[in-house]
Amino acid sequence: MPRNSSTSLSSCIVAPGTLNTPVVWGAESSATWEDLATGNIFHYRADDYRGRSVVLTTIDPFAAIAAMIQLDGVARRIVLYPPDLLFEHLAFVAETAAADFIVTDQPVPEAISSRMECIVPCGRKAAGEDVVSHTHNRASEFKTEWVLLTSGTTGLPKLTVHTLASLAAAIERKASASPSIMWSTFYDIRRFGGLQIFLRAVLTGTSLVLKGAKESTADFLARAGAQGVTHISGTPSHWRGALMSNSAHRIAPQYVRLSGEIADQAILNQLRLQYPQAKLAHVFASTEAGVAFEVNDGLMGFPADVLAQNPCVEMKVESGTLRVRSDRTAVCYLGRERQPLRDGEGFVDTGDLLELRAGRYYFAGREDGIINVGGLKVHPEEVEAVINRHPHVSMSLVRMKKSPITGAIVIADVVLKTPQSFPGGATQMQRNIMQFCRGELALHKVPALINFVPALAVAETGKLSRRYA
Amino acid sequence: MKARSEVIAQFTQVAREQNKPLAPLTDDLPLFDSGLDSLCFAIVVVRLEAALGVDPFDTDEEVHFPVTLGDFIGFYENAAK
Repeated sequence: MPRNSSTSLSSCIVAPGTLNTPVVWGAESSATWEDLATGNIFHYRADDYRGRSVVLTTIDPFAAIAAMIQLDGVARRIVLYPPDLLFEHLAFVAETAAADFIVTDQPVPEAISSRMECIVPCGRKAAGEDVVSHTHNRASEFKTEWVLLTSGTTGLPKLTVHTLASLAAAIERKASASPSIMWSTFYDIRRFGGLQIFLRAVLTGTSLVLKGAKESTADFLARAGAQGVTHISGTPSHWRGALMSNSAHRIAPQYVRLSGEIADQAILNQLRLQYPQAKLAHVFASTEAGVAFEVNDGLMGFPADVLAQNPCVEMKVESGTLRVRSDRTAVCYLGRERQPLRDGEGFVDTGDLLELRAGRYYFAGREDGIINVGGLKVHPEEVEAVINRHPHVSMSLVRMKKSPITGAIVIADVVLKTPQSFPGGATQMQRNIMQFCRGELALHKVPALINFVPALAVAETGKLSRRYA
Repeated sequence: MKARSEVIAQFTQVAREQNKPLAPLTDDLPLFDSGLDSLCFAIVVVRLEAALGVDPFDTDEEVHFPVTLGDFIGFYENAAK
């Protein structure tokens, strides 16, 4: 059923029946969707947010969920700032999003708190408290912009604008809630893959089990199994971690979903063996392109005719990369000097290179050389810029190496200024450069291995020769 | 024995680099109780390939993910044969 684009998230909360009231389960607490929609985390000041731009950055996922439900249709813009993102980007994001408020449960740097109001969410509805439902008497509803962050070339995040309609367009709505389904995800719900699962659960009135930020994979799987999770999603790297945790048997899902990275045949086979009863799906989706399609045949890549199968999602391969046009793609990037997100015909270039072999397309890496480490993007240029600041380094080339654990990992070829004369020998210098990078970069961006090379090939363009794909 | 000592050395080094408390490294230690996370394991595997010249995961055959440290070491010892 196509959703009415003027409908806000709170108006979709399914009223609990007498049985099987859907619940959100966290590592330490739980709440019903209705609790989250009506317990006012904004100190009953929801009207203050009407038409405003709000950045959500809380460690507590319940506060984030409550804020998303209560702000959609009220705020002009909701920015989802994942808790694992370096806090130093907060000022840039807040400025780019023209933020009026920051909702956070962490101490905020004074440079930000002196410029805009930081709201500490006041938690859940207290027992006996009168619930003032602000969700049913809205004078006018905003078509709220939902802003998700993705990794940018310069190291600053890119702000990608969606609407609830574009985020939810791939979700099949049912006339009544499905009490037999219980969703879960390894993703944080502030990232596109996790947000999709959160929206599936809230819009279809099903229960949801969230992984705690500090919860081990084994503990999470044990808890998810005990709750009776039936549908669960993660990146191939999440799933490899689950298989290695020796706790994969703790869940018995009916539906296992992979997204965010290329699913190789090994992980698909492993999951088929582990969960023979489950429907196994790998989904092609990205923050910019939205949810494009789902592959259910248990084989890596996808049949060529998938491109023409869904009338709602137009797809084509041009200059080797997959292009997508649909009402599920993001609308635009925020900020100055941003390139257009769609081309003149409305297609989003995913940048994912495809190879056609015997009627099936296979992913062959990224056109722009982005390295995908366990679902997190790394731009080689950003890492090179840091390595090149090391006092002993002349130049560097950062590239991808396949990893059986995280899909890909970052390695670097480095040319030293004076190769023969660095103190402590090669091993010491490698460790020294890595240590330098750890001080400047998120850990997944730090090269796992550094090779010292006498020179790097430079192409006729004057740029480093990169072999992408 | 080279594989064993190299695996132990890489676990120790990566744990130190990533500030992870490392459990005592016995053969029956489940890998995910070692204190290392997925990123750490990915780093260990790429460095072991550089040090030992083998990547036992890079095969067309069906690979079962090792669960304990002993399994993991055996993986590299078998691949090096």
